[in-house]
Amino acid sequence: MEIKNAVAGTLESGDILIQIAPGEGLQVDLQSSVAAQFGRQIKAVIAETLSGLGIDNAYVKATDKGALDCTIRARVTAAAVRATGKDVWKD
Amino acid sequence: MRNTKLVTLEEAIHRSGLRDGMTISFHHHFRGGDKVVNMVVAKLAEMGFKDLHLAASSLSDVHAPLIEHIKNGVITKISTSGLRGELANEISHGLMKEPVVFRSHGGRGSAIASGELHIDVAFLGASSCDELGNASGCPRSENAKSICGSLGYALPDARYADYVVVLTDDLVAYPNVPKSISACEVDSVVVVDSVGDSTKISSGAIRDSKNPRDILLAKLAAKVIINSGYFTDGFSIQTGTGGASLAAVKYIRESMLEKGIKASFALGGITAHMVKLHEEGLIEKLIDVQSFDKVAAESIAHDQLHQEVSAIEYASANYMGSAVHALDIVILSALEVDVNFNVNVLVGSDGIIRGAVGGHPDTAEDSALSIIVCPLLRGRIPCIVPKVTTLITPGKGVDVVVTEYGIAVNPGRPLVKQRLLDAGVQLTDINDLAAKARSIIGEPDPLPFGDQVVGIVMDRNGGVLDKIYNIVD
Repeated sequence: MEIKNAVAGTLESGDILIQIAPGEGLQVDLQSSVAAQFGRQIKAVIAETLSGLGIDNAYVKATDKGALDCTIRARVTAAAVRATGKDVWKD
Repeated sequence: MRNTKLVTLEEAIHRSGLRDGMTISFHHHFRGGDKVVNMVVAKLAEMGFKDLHLAASSLSDVHAPLIEHIKNGVITKISTSGLRGELANEISHGLMKEPVVFRSHGGRGSAIASGELHIDVAFLGASSCDELGNASGCPRSENAKSICGSLGYALPDARYADYVVVLTDDLVAYPNVPKSISACEVDSVVVVDSVGDSTKISSGAIRDSKNPRDILLAKLAAKVIINSGYFTDGFSIQTGTGGASLAAVKYIRESMLEKGIKASFALGGITAHMVKLHEEGLIEKLIDVQSFDKVAAESIAHDQLHQEVSAIEYASANYMGSAVHALDIVILSALEVDVNFNVNVLVGSDGIIRGAVGGHPDTAEDSALSIIVCPLLRGRIPCIVPKVTTLITPGKGVDVVVTEYGIAVNPGRPLVKQRLLDAGVQLTDINDLAAKARSIIGEPDPLPFGDQVVGIVMDRNGGVLDKIYNIVD
């Protein structure tokens, strides 16, 4: 699937900013205020969400401000839709 | 009048007989606006002192310059109630060989009085002072530079330190009355440009919340208080500095007006909220260890029924006359509460020191009813946990925990529980709150603690309550 640069989310407390760019394989670069305790889980949620959308090649920069998993999924999905032009909610 | 006390800072330090390895002390009444600690320690560094023990009543973000003085060996030991900002971050990562000693405000008062914490030289900022050393947190001049109100945390230092230096930015003609610190206790007076920025007193912990969650928490806390059995005419109250606990005052006020109930006194850190209730006649007296904003500081300057109290008289466990023993209700905040009602207000869930012990353990233990108000989660950080990261206030002194997901009563307080149930207040089990938090955030990985002790938490009576280890990145 072809990927363009795309962004979703904010840097507000409780949110996460997801930036997607073309890449080889799935690479997640995470900065998080809760990295020590939840970094592993956050990366897993991002990877699962993307592969569920059929994206296996992308570079993802995630700047997390303590977002819950539901928020992370929503932001990753929105960024993926913008990156691929494929509307997962409609198609 | 021939005056020999009025000298420069350097001369005061010479006269004090300060030597390497000794203990110096400071108060934190200017909170985030404090200028005295950095000014004095810079001078001590310039004069070549090493290996000093800095015993402050608390430290905050503004004290980041101490990092350099620690690296250079000027300061090798710290005792305080709190640490915040970059200094706290560096210390949590192992900056100091010697662990920081944390005490509650009452615990510090007791330790100073007993000699366990011996102060060689106290450097105390004051918003006015005469040349003999009668000092006050209230200015007297027309265009005063600073105001901090109560000097409650400085009074044990003034009384027990071997040598007392008052620094002031408002030197006034003798006699400076009313005074907080007596000339009898002061050895040197130093005039400086500024002892502190009063506009920054209400920064840091204190904020006026418009957050809807804080307002919900405040309403729930007020409901608990009103139905606790302690909300009767002549009750006494203290609030912490969290947004929700300050907002609760508003709802308590409404109920006081409705029921015709008046409070005998409000205690502790006094805020504009409490001053307003006092001026309305709803709270008879204010007992002020620390004026938390300018309104409170101005009130203590003019109002006879708004009285200063020293840290010892405020909250010492072993001092029978201390005010906390007469306290009915206290509302406090928390970083974490665990399923045994233990509270942490010092170390963040990332293992980094980011708060202060304050009067939390003192008021929780000695009050008739202590209520902890905190959200279930802050972002992804849980506030109700299986076990606190660091133990600050033991659960036996904590009676009710209020979260937006439910209210839990300590099983050790069945009467309070029954009164709340009788009033139709819905209660939940604290284990259910912890489980609810886990169900939302998942299971956190353990924190990357190292094996270096960076902090020791003392209990109110001078025993060791807990240890804080370094964090490894």
